[in-house]
Amino acid sequence: MNAPIPPATPNDFAAYPDAQGRFGQFGGRYVAETLMPLVLDLEAAYLASREDTAFQAELAGLLTHYVGRPSPLYFAERLTEHFGGAKIYFKREDLNHTGAHKINNCIGQILLARKMGKTRIIAETGAGQHGVATATVCARFGLPCVVYMGAVDVARQKPNVFRMNLLGAEVTPVTSGASTLKDAMNEALRDWVTNVEDTYYLIGSAAGPHPYPMMVRDFQAIMGREIREQILEAEGRLPDAVVACVGGGSNAIGTFHPFLNDESVRIIGVEAAGDGMGTDRHAAAINGGRPGVLHGNKTYLLQDAEGQITEAHSISAGLDYPGIGPEHSWLHDVGRAQYLTATDIEALDAFKLCAELEGIIPALESSHAIARLPDIAREVGKGGIVVMNLSGRGDKDVATVADHLGRTI
Amino acid sequence: MTKSRIEARFAALKAQDRAAFVAYVMAGDPDRATALKILQGLPAAGADLIELGFPFSDPMAEGPPIQKAAQRALKNGMTLKGVLDLAAEFRQGDDVTPLILMGYLNPLVTWGFEAFAQAAAQAGIDGLIIVDCPPEEADPLADALDAADISLIRLATPTTDDKRLPVVLRRTSGFVYYVSVTGVTGAKEADAEAVRPAVARIRAASGLPVAVGFGIRTPERAGAIARVADAAVVGSALVDEVAEALAVNEDVTGRVLSKVRALAEAVRQARTSLPA
Repeated sequence: MNAPIPPATPNDFAAYPDAQGRFGQFGGRYVAETLMPLVLDLEAAYLASREDTAFQAELAGLLTHYVGRPSPLYFAERLTEHFGGAKIYFKREDLNHTGAHKINNCIGQILLARKMGKTRIIAETGAGQHGVATATVCARFGLPCVVYMGAVDVARQKPNVFRMNLLGAEVTPVTSGASTLKDAMNEALRDWVTNVEDTYYLIGSAAGPHPYPMMVRDFQAIMGREIREQILEAEGRLPDAVVACVGGGSNAIGTFHPFLNDESVRIIGVEAAGDGMGTDRHAAAINGGRPGVLHGNKTYLLQDAEGQITEAHSISAGLDYPGIGPEHSWLHDVGRAQYLTATDIEALDAFKLCAELEGIIPALESSHAIARLPDIAREVGKGGIVVMNLSGRGDKDVATVADHLGRTI
Repeated sequence: MTKSRIEARFAALKAQDRAAFVAYVMAGDPDRATALKILQGLPAAGADLIELGFPFSDPMAEGPPIQKAAQRALKNGMTLKGVLDLAAEFRQGDDVTPLILMGYLNPLVTWGFEAFAQAAAQAGIDGLIIVDCPPEEADPLADALDAADISLIRLATPTTDDKRLPVVLRRTSGFVYYVSVTGVTGAKEADAEAVRPAVARIRAASGLPVAVGFGIRTPERAGAIARVADAAVVGSALVDEVAEALAVNEDVTGRVLSKVRALAEAVRQARTSLPA
């Protein structure tokens, strides 16, 4: 079963996953038996919610009045001029309530958790953006919330830890493994397998066992649908490329999905290359890993020759994960999407450039996508259109950036 | 195929009207030489079957004791091939005690299921328990194990209702492992009275012996479980003995085997000392 299977090009990219939760060979439900009835229940509840008009109306109302959707599609005029190629547009997810795209998915899942009668919410977080978004919706709906966060991330994302506490969430630092996102996810799974009766696991990445990759994608695909409408209004045509940074890949898949069947639209993800792809300190699962099974799904993973998972490294806590959502692995294998990389230093430079030229301080995660824009804008060329998902704002990262610039704040 | 070691062992114990004591140890914990000595000492100390854990970096269903044991084994260079070598060395001195590997899927994906299954059979492995491989995902692995005459042992849990049980039992052989508590290994305590009906239900549906594990730490509890199940599995409590012996610089092998003797004795006496 490990011989490489030549991927078939599907006719309808949007028709996946299949009934087993698979995108080609990727995805699936690799969880402990205790959790199997729970993920099957969740799948049934989620599929029912898609047909439930009251549920959809409540979701739409909250996205409009609580999150602040639609987020603007902004023409980044000075960066466009600076790069001297295609027109650059930013999808401004940084302007959402809580400052990132993560809230889109949290609103959807908290409504589902309520519908399923769950009374306790758990989540994992890397940068803390998903933790903050989860703590936010738990406060809004009056549900207790426990957020697992690697101890290393607790230290480097202090403002977000405090925000979660202000919102009433309990943040549990995780000290197993490398004390980052992967270990936080292990610990959240251990909590879930222990508290099966009342607990809802609110996963923030388009990863984990089926139905999470599909469900998180669907809740995040509102971004891509809005981009479609907004760019048609602004330019009268579809973009030539859509670009997003990829860790687990929720902002990227939400951006990409509504464009998968538009052959003229190039789809480009940017993975975190950390110290560089020539080193072993990076977080690029597709560019530097191989398929394996972790956290409930089969996908590209950073791992050693023995199949032990290796630690990811990125300046950006939100990209510091050794895996990637299974749909990205499949889009890579079938050649529908292209996955590039950007190093820590390139992301830092892009962070500064965006602040100076556009007056927007981007998240370090999104800065990885910005870092590849000069090449993409040049390749697409003048007269072309590139839309990049500015997935979050960088307020949470100012201390990290100051540290790297040798500045004390 | 001839009668497997697992079938033979359960048949012999049934004739004696007693449950099996199953000892779980982590291969390579704390190092290869000590792990081999422990393994070789287990049958004489009273282990009727042995579960040999193979280490994984991200053991999602384990509590801290087995997480740490896996880290110790990995730190000392244990690999899946190394685990099979250890098993083969054990087999040179013992051709009857069933040896079940227990761990996570990714190291097997890396090796390749067919090649791994053949190597495991060569090393004298009788069965395999893969925590993160539910029936929905198990067919490729089950095919490879069938071809090598290795049993894929399935897990049933408190969340396995009547509707799901047939799914869990499809293509299972050897015995069924009942996870007696919802949770990670070594955290909650199994309640024999709560376990009794579950064991009866699984036994009736599968026609196979039912082993109970995940919440047994003491001889008293092992004895209580042995009165209602076909086997009692102890893992975290044994692995804790390794950690504690290391902490106080004591003889690791001696300490683990003495705990095994106490647990095995309680299981042996369970159905004679008290009415069932």
